[in-house]
Amino acid sequence: MCLGVPGQIKDIYERDGARMGKVDFGGIIKEVCLDFVPEVMVGDYTIVHVGFAITQLDEQSAMETLALFEEMGVLEEELLAAPEVGTSDESQSPRGVT
Amino acid sequence: MKYLEEFRDPELARRLLDDIHGIAKGQWVLMEVCGGQTHSLIRNGIDTLLPDAIELIHGPGCPVCVTPLEVIDKALRIAAQPNVTFCSFGDMLRVPGSGEDLFTVRSGGGDVRIVYSPLDAVKIARDNPAREVVFFGIGFETTAPANAMAVVQAKRLGLKNFSMLVSHVLVPPALDAIMSSPHTRVNGFLAAGHVCSVMGYWQYEPLAQRFRVPIVVTGFEPLDLLQGIRMAVRQLEEGRYEVENAYARAVTREGNVPAQKLLSEVFEVTPRKWRGIGEIPNSGWGLSSAYREFDAAIRFDVTDINTVEPAICRSGDVLQGLIKPNECPAFGKECTPRKPLGATMVSSEGACAAYYQYGRFVSLESIG
Ligand code: SF4
Repeated sequence: MCLGVPGQIKDIYERDGARMGKVDFGGIIKEVCLDFVPEVMVGDYTIVHVGFAITQLDEQSAMETLALFEEMGVLEEELLAAPEVGTSDESQSPRGVT
Repeated sequence: MKYLEEFRDPELARRLLDDIHGIAKGQWVLMEVCGGQTHSLIRNGIDTLLPDAIELIHGPGCPVCVTPLEVIDKALRIAAQPNVTFCSFGDMLRVPGSGEDLFTVRSGGGDVRIVYSPLDAVKIARDNPAREVVFFGIGFETTAPANAMAVVQAKRLGLKNFSMLVSHVLVPPALDAIMSSPHTRVNGFLAAGHVCSVMGYWQYEPLAQRFRVPIVVTGFEPLDLLQGIRMAVRQLEEGRYEVENAYARAVTREGNVPAQKLLSEVFEVTPRKWRGIGEIPNSGWGLSSAYREFDAAIRFDVTDINTVEPAICRSGDVLQGLIKPNECPAFGKECTPRKPLGATMVSSEGACAAYYQYGRFVSLESIG
């Protein structure tokens, strides 16, 4: 029950003194309390747990993390593809066309 | 949905896995703290794709699993009263007390309702002034702000017929207890991402230093988990023990400050019993004196209930990472999700249920 679900804020309003909003979870719209994320605006993404938004999803951090994974793979491929220069048996066992 | 597909990208997962295989030299045991992480790991088969020398064990992070028997018994006693409407998150209804469960109370005529949010229970109380409405306030730091808000709203609305049976548990004291045990096998932790969304991760820094154990804040998607494992293994290989954040899109060091403010107003730290483990000092939240009028245990006079747990279930050992679910003699035999003996099999996030659901009937070690 500790799983939070990401959703997009579609509407923000006040009810019973609490900041509430409609959040879209991939087509399912639910009413959510936004009191703990006072900075969010319509269009932002948030993680919702038991009817409460607990954190705003930081798009920039998400993109940076994904870029890091991409880069890691690219680096690895480059290292594998690079010929091992300076080894003694380089001439006897060519590593293909580079 | 944003970031769900991206963080499930199999191509990137492969790269992370290759990287983990490249850096792992020693034998390491990592504990994922949260039951949601356990399910994601097992469902995606991540445990089977890791190097043999890296073992994942499952932590105490399932609130349904760790709610002690006596609290369930208190809930059952309150829910059975004729003037009470008892509201709970759905996954608590099948957890057996020392006898029956909340479903049994309901089929016996009790007014037991499943709510999605604690605010739903407040609404029921407002709409039904003649009934006593009780909410079952369990959960870790993720759930606590929502439950705190329900009490605050009930007070603001002047409701006299709303109360909460509170059994909140806190993660850092549990990690402390696990590391303090002479039997612990844990070399590193994957900390529960959404608990940290609320509380931040500064609280974990003294633990990492004291026990010289890396703690990596980790999310729930396959890439999140692989990244968390990679960061933990890298620290172990380099001899570091720090708190690192592999879930930066949802977690900051300081956490959710408005939520923390409300928590410190509504709750105070108490000792708390954990099912299968026993009492851990300072490991729970109860209502603070300003909100004690909303304490259902006092209102319904059930503070005296004290229950002893049955010996057959090994869920305490499972929750502390001492055994795997399929090493319990009852697993899949006397104990199944249809006839659960312990909370770790009842809860959909429990480790025993995950092993059962995904067919882990023999331990991976024995397959080789
Ligand atoms: S398999 Fe059943 S009896 Fe064994 S530890 Fe898990 S819940 Fe308890």
